[in-house]
Amino acid sequence: MTTATDINTAYEAPPRTEVGVLGWLKHHLFGSWFDTILTILSLGLLYVVLVPSMRWAVTKANWRAITTNILILIHGPYPQTQNYRVFIAIGLLVVMGSVSLFIYRGENVRGRRTMTIIWAVSPFFIWYLLAGFKGSSFLPLIEYSKWGGLLLSFILAIFGILASFPIGVLLALGRQSDMPIIKWMSTVYIEVVRGVPFITVLFMAQVMLPLILPPDVRVAGMFRAMVATALFSAAYLAENVRGGLQAIPRGQYEAADALGLSTFQQMYFIIMPQALRTVIPPIVGQFIGLFKDTSLVAIVGLLDFLNVSQSILSQAGFLGAQKEVYLFAALVYFVFSFAMSSASIRLEKQLGVGQR
Amino acid sequence: MSEYIIECRGVKKWYGEFQALKGIDFNVKKGEVVVILGPSGSGKSTFIRTINRLEEHQAGEIFVNGIELNNDVRNIAEIRKEIGMVFQQFNLFPHLTVMDNITLAPIWVRKWDKPTAEAKAMELLERVQIPEQADKYPGQLSGGQQQRVAIARALAMEPEIMLFDEPTSALDPEMIKEVLDVMIVLAQTGMTILAVTHEMGFAKTVADRIVFFDYGLIVEENTPDNFFTNPRHDRTKLFLSQILH
Ligand SMILES: Nc1ncnc2c1ncn2[C@@H]1O[C@H](COP(=O)(O)OP(=O)(O)O)[C@@H](O)[C@H]1O
Ligand SMILES: [Mg+2]
Repeated sequence: MTTATDINTAYEAPPRTEVGVLGWLKHHLFGSWFDTILTILSLGLLYVVLVPSMRWAVTKANWRAITTNILILIHGPYPQTQNYRVFIAIGLLVVMGSVSLFIYRGENVRGRRTMTIIWAVSPFFIWYLLAGFKGSSFLPLIEYSKWGGLLLSFILAIFGILASFPIGVLLALGRQSDMPIIKWMSTVYIEVVRGVPFITVLFMAQVMLPLILPPDVRVAGMFRAMVATALFSAAYLAENVRGGLQAIPRGQYEAADALGLSTFQQMYFIIMPQALRTVIPPIVGQFIGLFKDTSLVAIVGLLDFLNVSQSILSQAGFLGAQKEVYLFAALVYFVFSFAMSSASIRLEKQLGVGQR
Repeated sequence: MSEYIIECRGVKKWYGEFQALKGIDFNVKKGEVVVILGPSGSGKSTFIRTINRLEEHQAGEIFVNGIELNNDVRNIAEIRKEIGMVFQQFNLFPHLTVMDNITLAPIWVRKWDKPTAEAKAMELLERVQIPEQADKYPGQLSGGQQQRVAIARALAMEPEIMLFDEPTSALDPEMIKEVLDVMIVLAQTGMTILAVTHEMGFAKTVADRIVFFDYGLIVEENTPDNFFTNPRHDRTKLFLSQILH
């Protein structure tokens, strides 16, 4: 007869080949014949591509094309006597970002609230820091046509993201609305904008905005591009948000109704937080696309990062520096896109997407 | 003011062409416990959902606490404040902790300050016997625990009336009792309750009255004793013979 005390409750150690380095190799690289072939082929491909590229980058490439022009790449024709303002802005963002990493992880509610307020006012502060004031000798006005380089690309992308968010959410709600006119207008807007290339929207903004605004108001090309970016992005965002809204079960609305929450409270506390967190990956993907698409503003004559990069190629000393310039440009776009992507994965983990 | 806390006269409701409620006359006194029985699809859910306007009735009148339920959003808001509802599928908010699920409406609808709302929430969690789960998320709880949180969430608004729509139907058998026990205590403390449930034990022990629905109509209203031992209507007899084997 077996009693409970007879049962062996100790665990045996797993076989040596299942754990540690050997186990990892076996499971991940050489699990089967097919895996082994794939592993060897991949390593071979990496070797063929990477080794000559690295050799070129270290020995042959003329990186002076980048180093001599680094200021132009960062801020374009923004006056060099005033460019400390750009660096203060960058420094400020870096400091705020680092402080946030600590504050938002901690439990200090006051600190978090303060930090959120700082983030909320920072765009306005940075804007006036960069733009300056008419007649001021301390912060002289910098014409918008002088904003360029990465600075311009960032301003377009950040404004596009911030402004398209509320518009996109409203469009998504509009498309789900019971009121036919609102539903119809939202749907038409979303479908029309999604049905045309970004470049046409950019051109439209150049041509149409002056028609809508009073004749004596002249809008800088940068603003027209900002408006175009936001309006274009909003249509895509609306569809992403709508996808999130459709994933919310009806019971959530009913529970909120039964508790007496107003429509706004329902949206703000119950529906949107859930809808948005399920669509973080597509939304971030869309914002990465938006950041890269800002390179198209070169076509309407703005001096964004890619445009100033190309302008290096016409400088006497760097006529043949295509490889260096384009590789560097690609690397910069990649670094920032990758950073956004990683941040989104962290955000998803923190919010526990797919877990609750 | 009338002696009834809920008054329904000739309530009718259609889904498109299909008539789900065919003229319901029904009153509830303060403190009464009414159990609604009836076959699936007979309109039980539809009826109790019209009382807090999750469904709109298209004919007849409904008064709650003397306030008429019509298209006036102020009336609807006023009535919803007085009615708590518990659903078959719990419908907790999965992105909020148990504590936030319970305090959200008291803070934003009743405008209580946070400490008051949290103290009330803890008191209710004690009452449903899961105070230790306050900081968890709904997905981390068992079905029975989730339904008890849902009851606490509804009670936190200090409603005059509680509606239950098959609160134990989605639960594993071993969890049904823990939810029923909470409901029984609630019934004994004088809460006005309107419950759709197939738990005959609950109906027999705590109901003041049983209402039997079929085809969108109230077929029979009776005391629990008479309803089970001496039903008047043939349809009631058929229904009872099916559920009691
Ligand atoms: N949203 C709806 N749309 C169309 N028909 C519905 C809807 N809700 C319920 N019904 C129908 O109304 C009838 C009554 O449903 P319900 O009140 O849920 O019944 P019960 O709760 O008694 O099972 C059923 O025939 C059901 O199919
Ligand atoms: Mg039902």
